[in-house]
Amino acid sequence: MKTMKNDSSTLKNYLLPLGLGLLVLINLFLALEFLGIEIIDRYYKGILILMQINIILAVSLNLINGVTGMLSLGHAGFMAVGAYTSSLLSIFLSNMNLPEVILFPLVLCAGGLLAAVMGLAIGIPTLRLRGDYLAIATLGFGEIIRVVLLNLDITRGARGLPGIPNYTNLWWAQFFMVLSVMIIWNITASNHGRAFVAIRENEIAAEAMGVNTTYYKVSSFVIGAFFAGVAGGLFAHHLGFISPKSFEFMKSVEILLMVVLGGLGSLTGSVVAAIVLTGLPEFLRFLQSYRMVIYSLTLVLLMIYRPQGLFGRHEANADLLKAWFNKGHGRSGGGKGDE
Amino acid sequence: MSEFFQQIINGLSLGSIYALIALGYTMVYGIIQLINFAHGDIYMVGAFTGYFAILSGLPFPVALLLAMVCPALLGMLIQRTAYKPLRYSPRITALITAIGVSLLLENLGILVLRPDPRPFPQVFTNAPFHLGQVTVSIPQVLTFTVALALMVALTLFIRYTKTGKAMRALAQDLEAAQLMGVNVDRIISVTFMIGSALAGAAGVMMGVLIPRIEPLMGIMPGLKAFVAAVIGGIGSIPGAMLGGVLMGLVETLATGFISSTWRDAIAFGLLIVILLFKPSGILGRNVREKV
Amino acid sequence: MNDLRKDSNRSLLNIDKLSISFGGLRAVSNFSMKMERKDLAGLIGPNGAGKTTIFNMLTGVYRPQEGEIRLEDISLIGLPPYKINRLGVARTFQNIRLFNDLSVLDNVKIAYQYRGRYSWDKAILRSKTYHQKEKEIDDWSKEILAIFSLQDKAGEMAKNLPYGAQRRLEIARALVGKPKLLLLDEPAAGMNPQETKDLMNLVKKIREKFDLTILLIEHDMSFVMSICEKITVLDYGQTIAEGIPAEIKNNPRVIQAYLGGEAPNA
Repeated sequence: MKTMKNDSSTLKNYLLPLGLGLLVLINLFLALEFLGIEIIDRYYKGILILMQINIILAVSLNLINGVTGMLSLGHAGFMAVGAYTSSLLSIFLSNMNLPEVILFPLVLCAGGLLAAVMGLAIGIPTLRLRGDYLAIATLGFGEIIRVVLLNLDITRGARGLPGIPNYTNLWWAQFFMVLSVMIIWNITASNHGRAFVAIRENEIAAEAMGVNTTYYKVSSFVIGAFFAGVAGGLFAHHLGFISPKSFEFMKSVEILLMVVLGGLGSLTGSVVAAIVLTGLPEFLRFLQSYRMVIYSLTLVLLMIYRPQGLFGRHEANADLLKAWFNKGHGRSGGGKGDE
Repeated sequence: MSEFFQQIINGLSLGSIYALIALGYTMVYGIIQLINFAHGDIYMVGAFTGYFAILSGLPFPVALLLAMVCPALLGMLIQRTAYKPLRYSPRITALITAIGVSLLLENLGILVLRPDPRPFPQVFTNAPFHLGQVTVSIPQVLTFTVALALMVALTLFIRYTKTGKAMRALAQDLEAAQLMGVNVDRIISVTFMIGSALAGAAGVMMGVLIPRIEPLMGIMPGLKAFVAAVIGGIGSIPGAMLGGVLMGLVETLATGFISSTWRDAIAFGLLIVILLFKPSGILGRNVREKV
Repeated sequence: MNDLRKDSNRSLLNIDKLSISFGGLRAVSNFSMKMERKDLAGLIGPNGAGKTTIFNMLTGVYRPQEGEIRLEDISLIGLPPYKINRLGVARTFQNIRLFNDLSVLDNVKIAYQYRGRYSWDKAILRSKTYHQKEKEIDDWSKEILAIFSLQDKAGEMAKNLPYGAQRRLEIARALVGKPKLLLLDEPAAGMNPQETKDLMNLVKKIREKFDLTILLIEHDMSFVMSICEKITVLDYGQTIAEGIPAEIKNNPRVIQAYLGGEAPNA
């Protein structure tokens, strides 16, 4: 049943229990730390935190690329704006002795808001560009952001920004991840989500049926940028140090790879792909020097042999899984349909 | 004022290189509407081919030829394996693939060739000669001459040969050309080969001009040459030549008179301005979507 | 014909001297037309006469260089397509523009996007309004599908529908927003005689049921002649004839336009 996700029951049936179970498990382990028992060590905590950050990045990019169908190649730029804004604010406000519980979400949202403004600034002029021209324009904007950050005094340019307080821990990362995914999911599986998808499917028809495509295209950018900015803030407060080098075109491509691997338009796909692509390099450390070659090759092969990625445009549900298992036996009820 | 003319000379030689690269972008986009992201890296392959050719003792003209042939073959290979399967896929899919190929070439380059820059062997004396108050070096003259010669050759090829006519036909209407008996696959391959050969030549000339090559050297020139192609009018061959030279001039003048740290941003700024105000470029045509 | 209805203040649609050129070529010149409520009119002419161009101007896709379009005395000139749609003009497309990879139900639901709207925060927080509105959207969409006999195909992907059903879906989608004026661009294209007959009945039925004013473009003459009350004939962007089907059928200029050259019985 390929209806849109205004009915989350299929998600509840399968992936949600799995995801929730994992989260419960992680938090259980974390809770044990209050009793002095450390189950997840620093190293794995770091990986989990990066996973949460990448999930936010992938899901937010998917909103723009997959759900609304606008290929944006400058997502790292939004991330950078959020990272630098929140970091500078943190450092600036550090002597005000605000409790972290208030300060951290505040600076993160500030970062997200400024990134959203960037999204507005980029979204409005690029509206009438189609497909590949839009992609190149967003790439250009992303690079401009990077060059600006490289040249501003306040960001210390290429030297980077050190001394960012390490506010990001697994609690905060999970909290914002869950919040981000829920918000983007709820938006997508609503009337507004329908407008986004309509633009993706046939913009002219959508406009002819009363959808304000301009408003929604910009909104998609703004929302996607906001969450990328939040993710950037989390990233900055995790590393304690950022430089424009962390936000190059390469970063945008890495996020794009996650979205494409998971399936353009599938939010659960983005979550799964983000987890896989964050975890795999850690477990395949010996392939470290080949990582980028493998990534680029994967991207090419994906596009040629399975452009729909893991879940295509749909969310993971029991039908899809059944179809995978029945691969050799033709389509089973529901199945992958157009894939 | 002489400073200005000096920058013009510098800009012309840089612009010649951009023009050669831009031609590849524009020809490919003209026939299959694909932004060949990997084109800048083909330019890099040309530079390295020339590098190894000269180091192994081959005379410059042979090295230049080799640096055109190898990228041409590589370009054809990439087209056959990565782009051809996607000819009828959405443009976005093809674009993402092109990005993937570009990154693949860059990272393979880093892996195989080491990321450190290498000095390009100096085949020509760098002794400049003076025309009035401006200084011109042999590499600059050579770059401009080679580029000019290649562009003239290309123009003659496009205009007077059967293949050239077929290329123009494909750029206008691929399906009609196919129905007229044009071997579309062959012409697309030839287009890629010619574009890549030109980029390869540009790579060698850049090595001669600025004797420092490295695996990532194709990224910026590639993007800038693409911007140049768009400015000139994507799909238009004279447009690519014009755009390339303009880009070279603007960049040199801006670097000379404003600042070099913002140099890269200028190219992107130009791109966005053009896309917003005249996406068809200077010499391009406006195409409406049929409703 | 009741002359009182021709009072321009109460016309539903008033097109006055519409003109547009594309790069030097005059596609439409001096096109004028009036439509009263519940009219069923046809716009015919050889290929390239400018019929779809007129539709595109009516729906805001193109902006005419001269002329005026008034819908119940509101000027449509310069308005973007979505605003024109919200004012009550709906259309179908010559080359079907369905949302191919979405289900039939979703295709229809998207057309109710504006009327069934609720704010961002209500969507995010899944408030009671969200559930109410979604139910409203769902119910109305299913009702429309039933009217067009598409309810059993609700879960099918639009691109998998047979051709006739696709055209029906296009029309169904256009009516979801409860428009006043419906523009049908070659609705019978590619249909066999039985499908065409069914379409004729469908068009008449929806005019009654939805209180619609309908303007259609068609090449199928039997369809146009049997269903339209008034026909306007276009050739090279200009109106060459206007009247009831009987008048048009025998109009020598019309015959000439379609066949080119001298009419056999002038």
